[in-house]
Amino acid sequence: MAKRVAIVGTGQTFHKSHRPDVNGQELINEAVRRALADADLKMKDIDAIVIGNMDHFEGINYVDCWSVDGSGATMKPIIKLTTGGTTGCTVAIGGYHLVGSGMFDRVLIIGWEKNSESDTTGAITTAFDPVWDRLVFAGAISGLAAEAQAYIARYGASERDGARVSVRDRKHAMNNPHAQLRKEVTLDEVLASPMLADPIHLLDVCPRSDGACAVIMASEDVAEKICPKPDWIWATASRHSYSYLGDADYGRLTSMREGSQELWKKAGIKEPRKELDVIELYQPYSFGGLIWIEDMGIVGPGEAPRYIWDGNTDMGGELPINPSGGVIATNPIGATGLIRCAEAAMQVMGKAEGRQVPDVNFAFSSGFGGCWWTDMILHGKKKPK
Amino acid sequence: MTQTENIIIESGDAVQPFSYSVGMHGSKFFTELRDNRRFMAVKCPKCKKVYIPPRGVCGECFVEMKDWVEVGPQGVIGTFTILRFAFIDPETGAQKPVPYGYGFIKFDGADTLFQHYISVEDETKIKIGARVEPVFSKDRKGTIRDIEYFKVID
Repeated sequence: MAKRVAIVGTGQTFHKSHRPDVNGQELINEAVRRALADADLKMKDIDAIVIGNMDHFEGINYVDCWSVDGSGATMKPIIKLTTGGTTGCTVAIGGYHLVGSGMFDRVLIIGWEKNSESDTTGAITTAFDPVWDRLVFAGAISGLAAEAQAYIARYGASERDGARVSVRDRKHAMNNPHAQLRKEVTLDEVLASPMLADPIHLLDVCPRSDGACAVIMASEDVAEKICPKPDWIWATASRHSYSYLGDADYGRLTSMREGSQELWKKAGIKEPRKELDVIELYQPYSFGGLIWIEDMGIVGPGEAPRYIWDGNTDMGGELPINPSGGVIATNPIGATGLIRCAEAAMQVMGKAEGRQVPDVNFAFSSGFGGCWWTDMILHGKKKPK
Repeated sequence: MTQTENIIIESGDAVQPFSYSVGMHGSKFFTELRDNRRFMAVKCPKCKKVYIPPRGVCGECFVEMKDWVEVGPQGVIGTFTILRFAFIDPETGAQKPVPYGYGFIKFDGADTLFQHYISVEDETKIKIGARVEPVFSKDRKGTIRDIEYFKVID
């Protein structure tokens, strides 16, 4: 990589289930203005823009074109990246590549979605093979349910273990004024909520949100002039594992396993459980909070339930996960991965306010798509070697 | 390969302006399913993994696959869920018939999972590892709907 890259500013909307007061362009503009203010930059300082959301969601494509008045991209280099659920993380990785290449010093990265204007399950279905996948397909939840079912059978976990993760994230969301759902729930309330797809209850899964997020990345030549304590990008990874949904190893997220191993190797991390300080996981349902941290190597296979019941991932625990409340509290899909990135950056920069984890050296953020594809970013306080 | 007739992918009574190729491997699969009620998979010459649905290339080894093997028709439930919430199927415009069993079937002899309906007549029988067999449609057209569903036979 020619240049080291840091995040120097972030901004996001106050995410809601419906934002009928704004259109997509205006929603995007709210996040962009907040990111520019956070970095104390003007639009004229931005060299290029990366933007994305989930294809087909609102039935309006080419956001790179129609949003320019709001995004600030009028007559500037702009590129759209769209990779389904991972879009928000992918736009960040794309921005990292643009700055790291040495071709642009300051890049504005935007993810957004207005789920209230979309048919979520209908749009997600278009991401899957029309011949082999769609007959039984039921949106993201059917694959997630099959994963949870396999994990439960393989390791003897329970619906209660999943519910504990949902209780954690919904409690954490109380500290985040940007979160859509800010209501604590009990284990019994999760387990008594309607069964959507066995073993997933309504309160195990994410909502649909309207929201946008923006992140500004800068090269090492200018980063510390913009922000004295920026969030350095240490490594990124992206993995796909299947052509058809039946190809996956149900009960394990192999894309997470392979991608996170690449991150640890690039950064020289030997014990992620001890060396990471906070995780913002793209975790759209509770059981992912069990399975996927095992694939990251935080704990061994089947060990996540005990680790989580012991409070290790709660605020104040050994390795807090989703201080923001995570995806279970807020899910404007094309922005969701970038919100993880922004929240991790805020933790490193010491700007996470009521949800701040003390003394963050390394933070991890991820994106998750469709089912079973994953991308991820390792954030750090120190400048990479 | 000479194609003698088009394979039609149905959307129930609704019509969509899409016409997808299933590829050479898919064509063989659907022809065998329609004519002989056989499930044809393809084996990687390098890692020996048996893929269903069949396809031209093993992604892990990145080598061409030509070795056909018959799998099933019986197998076990690899994993599953039961869908209980009502939603519009964008393929047909109609509401999905909830509750329905969504099975990932591991055919005898295959290494990947095949997605289809599982009958939920007796939910207590639907477990990972339960043996299943397909119920074929009477009027088969060379589509995924030539199988009506899988049923537990334990």
